[in-house]
Amino acid sequence: MAGADRNHARITASVYTSHVPAIGAALDAGKANEPYWRKVFGGYEFSKQWMKENRPDVIFLVYNDHATAFSLELIPTFAIGCAAEFMPADEGYGPRPVPKVIGHPELAAHIAQSVIQDDFDLTIVNKMDVDHGLTVPLSLMCGQPQAWPCPVIPFAVNVVQYPVPSGRRCYHLGRAIRKAVELYDEPLKVQIWGTGGMSHQLQGPRAGLINREFDNAFLDRLIKDPQGLSAMPHIDYVREAGSEGIELVMWLIARGAMSDAPPKVVHRFYHVPASNTAVGHLILENQE
Amino acid sequence: MSLNKPYLDVPGTTIFDAEQSRRGYHLNQFCMSLMKAENRTRFKADERAYLEEWPMTEEQKQAVLARDLNRCIALGGNIYFLAKIGATDGKSFQQMAGSMTGLSEEQYRDMMIRGGRPIEGNRFIQEWEQR
Repeated sequence: MAGADRNHARITASVYTSHVPAIGAALDAGKANEPYWRKVFGGYEFSKQWMKENRPDVIFLVYNDHATAFSLELIPTFAIGCAAEFMPADEGYGPRPVPKVIGHPELAAHIAQSVIQDDFDLTIVNKMDVDHGLTVPLSLMCGQPQAWPCPVIPFAVNVVQYPVPSGRRCYHLGRAIRKAVELYDEPLKVQIWGTGGMSHQLQGPRAGLINREFDNAFLDRLIKDPQGLSAMPHIDYVREAGSEGIELVMWLIARGAMSDAPPKVVHRFYHVPASNTAVGHLILENQE
Repeated sequence: MSLNKPYLDVPGTTIFDAEQSRRGYHLNQFCMSLMKAENRTRFKADERAYLEEWPMTEEQKQAVLARDLNRCIALGGNIYFLAKIGATDGKSFQQMAGSMTGLSEEQYRDMMIRGGRPIEGNRFIQEWEQR
């Protein structure tokens, strides 16, 4: 039977953050102390300390691949990384100088089995490089360590070719992931991270769009009314938060995996800009 | 009845849907090939010859040679794929995005620092047509 008991895994917290590639580039080039970037990294000082004090056993990291592991040959809507390790990808500038990502094949395979039986058609990936969508959040939360603090299960969502999954589907998928985690016969502490966003548009004459009001309302509703928020149609993301702002549906997967009781908001940060993008960041803990 | 595509009424924006993806398949796959260092070297040595290896339309090839990203997108390109060309050229994502807006690099960077392009007046095509 599912439940947050001492013999089973459980979701302890969720983390939400943008995953702008320029953030990784700035960090890798030693520019973190420049005034422009200090305003971004300053919002994660608390988070790095929190990570040290609340180190999980596994991170389930929801992100999107940016035409890196998946070209147009194959476009899975949801892909779960079940490999033992994942290498940082060469996205055209050479691979980021960050540690390789160690997976958790046992938990990943378990989650795939449970979630597919709950009617979500995951694609199982046993070989995949990971791009900035996954490594930038790790850098923001963990700094520049020799090795990442724990195994990571990469969970890639298609937000490149429209239509992307709906917010509602993402939210319900999160609930199925929670159930799967709670059925795992080992008392692991699992964090789930939702990444991407916030408002940004990288293409066309409307590039550079930012919508602070939308972003902050999204953060408010993600905390207090995730189910209501999950009903927001795609067109609202595209029109109000920019064509790439639609990445925010991924945050609903992480939010859906949290318990039904209101979470504790331990950190909230918002800043414009990082390159073309509004940076949003939240840490929510499940209350015991 | 036909498919509902409300995103066609967002100004200055092309949504990469199934139709665009089909139109741009070879263009985007060419971009994807630039993720390999040896292909970047070959492309830079002779762009035209490298493009000839791909079954792209002449219009798509011209748009790539001109680095006209708006044209590339109109012809089925997707920004995450097109970004591989920018990476090959040593351009940042901000330089690429800015190049599509009609602003200079400095003007675009300054707009972002001031808080980005506002949403007011930028929701519907009609708002742009009335400007």
